[in-house]
Amino acid sequence: MILIVAEQANGKLSKSTLEMVQAARDLARDLGSEAPVTVLVLGSGVAGVAAEAAKLADQVLVADLPALEHYDPELWSAAVAQIATEGETSLVLIGGGRAGREFSPRVAVKLDAALIEDAISLKVEQGSIVAERYSFLARVTERFQAVAPVVVVTLKPGSYPAASALPEPCEQFDVELNLPARRVQVTGRESVKSGRVSLTEAEMVVAGGRGVGTAEGFTELVEGLADQLGAAVGATRAVVDAGWRPYSEQVGQTGKTVQPKVYWAIGISGAVQHLSGMGKSKLIVAINRDADAPIFKVSDYGIVGDVKEIVPALIEKLRT
Amino acid sequence: MRILSVIRQVLDAEENVRIAADRVDLASSKLVIDSMDEYGVEEALRLREKLPDVEVIVMAVGPERAEAGLRTALALGADRAILVETSEALDVIAVSSVVAQVAQREQADLVLCGGQQADWDCQGLGAAVAERLNWPQSTWTTKLAIEGSAVTGKHDVDDGTETFALSLPAVITTQQGLNEPRYPTLPNIMKAKKKELRRQPLESFSVTPRLKLLHAEVQVKERLRVMIDGKKDPAASATQLVDLLRNEARVLA
Repeated sequence: MILIVAEQANGKLSKSTLEMVQAARDLARDLGSEAPVTVLVLGSGVAGVAAEAAKLADQVLVADLPALEHYDPELWSAAVAQIATEGETSLVLIGGGRAGREFSPRVAVKLDAALIEDAISLKVEQGSIVAERYSFLARVTERFQAVAPVVVVTLKPGSYPAASALPEPCEQFDVELNLPARRVQVTGRESVKSGRVSLTEAEMVVAGGRGVGTAEGFTELVEGLADQLGAAVGATRAVVDAGWRPYSEQVGQTGKTVQPKVYWAIGISGAVQHLSGMGKSKLIVAINRDADAPIFKVSDYGIVGDVKEIVPALIEKLRT
Repeated sequence: MRILSVIRQVLDAEENVRIAADRVDLASSKLVIDSMDEYGVEEALRLREKLPDVEVIVMAVGPERAEAGLRTALALGADRAILVETSEALDVIAVSSVVAQVAQREQADLVLCGGQQADWDCQGLGAAVAERLNWPQSTWTTKLAIEGSAVTGKHDVDDGTETFALSLPAVITTQQGLNEPRYPTLPNIMKAKKKELRRQPLESFSVTPRLKLLHAEVQVKERLRVMIDGKKDPAASATQLVDLLRNEARVLA
């Protein structure tokens, strides 16, 4: 079977899970009839998520346990490795969020598997999984062949279309898990709640850099434009380091990777580390005072000028 | 306490990527210690300054020239260095087994490495090492404190941050915000030349590569590069942009 570990947030399946299902459906054909698409749902109070998954998969496995209320890499990897072993899985798909990128290596080691992080495409060639992924700050596209009977893959968000629902929901099975004790105590949580669409799932992202001037300038220009467009908000490392914005909004090498339909770069010069997080966006719009800024070399549309004059004019124009 | 800090020599971000024979060719490129790993070296040195009896070992898995990065780390203050020499481009899971074997042989209590490496663009090394050693981990750590065997700290997760507590031995992956890495001074660069740097062939470890690189290429997406002058009349440039996005690109309603 192909085992997909459901990624979820706020009681709903994340878009990344639908993308993994689509990737699995494409691969199931090549891996043969022995490869039904199985979704594993881990958590506490996840009946709703499991029901959603049942509309997408050939079978859904559910571990709805109080012990799984909060994610932990050791618990998650133990659960996934156990289910993968019991189901004689050859391919495990895990979401490409922070958590998935963190527990997937443990799953790979437990299963003595190959690990392919952040894959953008998957194929079966002569019985082996072949994957493409970006490397060298997303400047290089590399193609790898997995040399192991089991392969663990995290899929880069946005690389596959979301799978459509099936006419009939599939069967759900409860699974029993042998979970290890938690060794990492989480002593506090701070989550950044925003009313906006999530950064990695957004079709449009408005991001700001140092060029917006101040934290207040960021709020007025970047958030103002994002709200007008219904877009997510992103920021450069410089802006996060300056304390204007939370780290959860950072786009780039040390932050999130996004590939929306439209990426607006407001007052962003375009350092290589930033480009590695957004350079694959389908359309890039840049507004910057400096005509020689590297961001214009990767932009589809650019305005050379003062963001403090142009962005308010844009917001006004879009409002009418 | 013994701290093992793992570093990688990666392409300087300002350098162009060159491809030869289906792979990235670094032969004539400038390499630097991965900035994410530098936070780990710095943190190890700060822990040694704060705590009694700490030894800092820095290690790398790579070709002979990776020695330059280890010498830099020694100049920063690491006590000794280990280079596991190989010309093979190993995958993360394979490297994790070498790191875990070194950690065991050296009886390390703490392994530090960068949250993501700028050549692989992979985040898995720390967690894979932790799994091999059966140790707990914290990834993307921005604050770290150690007292006895008790570790506390703060790290980033998908939708915010968490504070955590765990016990040594452990693996911690590092990133920006954890500290400000120091620069080597000239006297320390001279002293570093006399510090121990042990070379070991990869063959003295048991390693099974799990990925085979078939092809690498630099794909440059063609961009339209339409430029609008917004200096003279900002409002007109805004109107022009919105019209283009609506009627030409068709991405706005």
